[in-house]
Amino acid sequence: MYRTPRLFLFAAPLAAVPGRAVAAGMPQLNFHDPLLIGQVVWGAVIFGGFYLALSRFALPRVERVLTNRRTRIQSDLDVARKAKAEADRASAELLSARHEAAEQARAHVERIQSEARASADAHAAETAKRLETEIANAETRITQSREQALSSLSEIATSTAQDLVSRLIGTQDEQTVANAVTRVSA
Amino acid sequence: MAAGSTIDALGQFELHPVLGHLGEALRFSQSPLFMLIAAAIVLAFLYIGMRPAAVVPGRLQAAAEISYDFVHDLAVSTIGENGATFFPFVFALFFFILAGNYLGLLPFSFTYTSHIAVTFGLAIMVFVISILASIRFQGVGFLKHFLPAGTPVWLAPLLVPIELISFLSRPVSLSIRLFANMVAGHVLLEVFAGFTIMLAGLGAFGHVLAIAPIAINIALTALELLVGVLQAYVFAILTCIYLREAVAH
Repeated sequence: MYRTPRLFLFAAPLAAVPGRAVAAGMPQLNFHDPLLIGQVVWGAVIFGGFYLALSRFALPRVERVLTNRRTRIQSDLDVARKAKAEADRASAELLSARHEAAEQARAHVERIQSEARASADAHAAETAKRLETEIANAETRITQSREQALSSLSEIATSTAQDLVSRLIGTQDEQTVANAVTRVSA
Repeated sequence: MAAGSTIDALGQFELHPVLGHLGEALRFSQSPLFMLIAAAIVLAFLYIGMRPAAVVPGRLQAAAEISYDFVHDLAVSTIGENGATFFPFVFALFFFILAGNYLGLLPFSFTYTSHIAVTFGLAIMVFVISILASIRFQGVGFLKHFLPAGTPVWLAPLLVPIELISFLSRPVSLSIRLFANMVAGHVLLEVFAGFTIMLAGLGAFGHVLAIAPIAINIALTALELLVGVLQAYVFAILTCIYLREAVAH
């Protein structure tokens, strides 16, 4: 990727400055240098220690923090979800309770209404019956009075006629007058 | 290190014992010293970064977690389900190389990844580990990969050596890629820095001209920052690819 321009830049100064730089050779390839081999051995030891420190202590520590966070977020979510479910259930309960109460109230109102209607009906019927009885009584009384009046009418008529006759003519043939009155009134 | 009228572009790669006679006796040069510094920096980065262990990470913790996730995703997505086994190894490799590349960009420091012995050592380690993983996960049967399935038998004398050579050249290409990139970058930086000093010796006109190599070196430093992380990434991902082949079925 970056090699072409780098190699060009790399080659340019080397071509421009020949001599010691190249002739001296690369220190990295001087394998007679005990320090060169020494750095490999030291490097192995240091890298091994670095790896152990990372894998035993440093990385598990990071892992723990990340796991803690994940579980904490998860448990918070669970709590929130549970709370929401509870709230939903409570709200559903409330709704059903309200519905039930409304039903009850309606039934109550209907019952009271029908009771009132029934009692009003009963009252009216009773009144009507009482009135009917009274009317019947009254009618009976009227009939009686009329009959009485009618029955006494002939008596009154007869006695009136007898009185009239006796005053007019001075005779008192009661039987004849009664018969005449009966004949006239029949 | 410009000495007089010549530029010693390769002197920066010379090894010198540190800690005096003790270093000489232990063959301890500045190269292992910078390896130690690199390992210490990476471990300190993870230790200090993860110390808060906060649920909502701060900046440094987020950086540590991102580097963890980055290499973890790289290992698991490339190697497969066994990726988690090799994740610490890939992490160590990536950050050992990255820290070495970046430390080398500091003045007066040393780039241990510019030594073929070091990069070849790392590459051989990857090579050996991938062979061991092959034997562990596939038994001796991994050898049949040298003759791709469905190949006519009469092609075997041709194909097997080719496959064998390509297999054996892996540590070579892996190590030379990193080594050459690092050496080229540092030689370039050294050469252009030397140009600046040489031009400065030419008087007033040279002082003005000397700005050009400095500008180039600034650009090269930016390029080296890119190359440093890119080469570490290439090394890590090639390691993952070799390990995937090793653990596959």
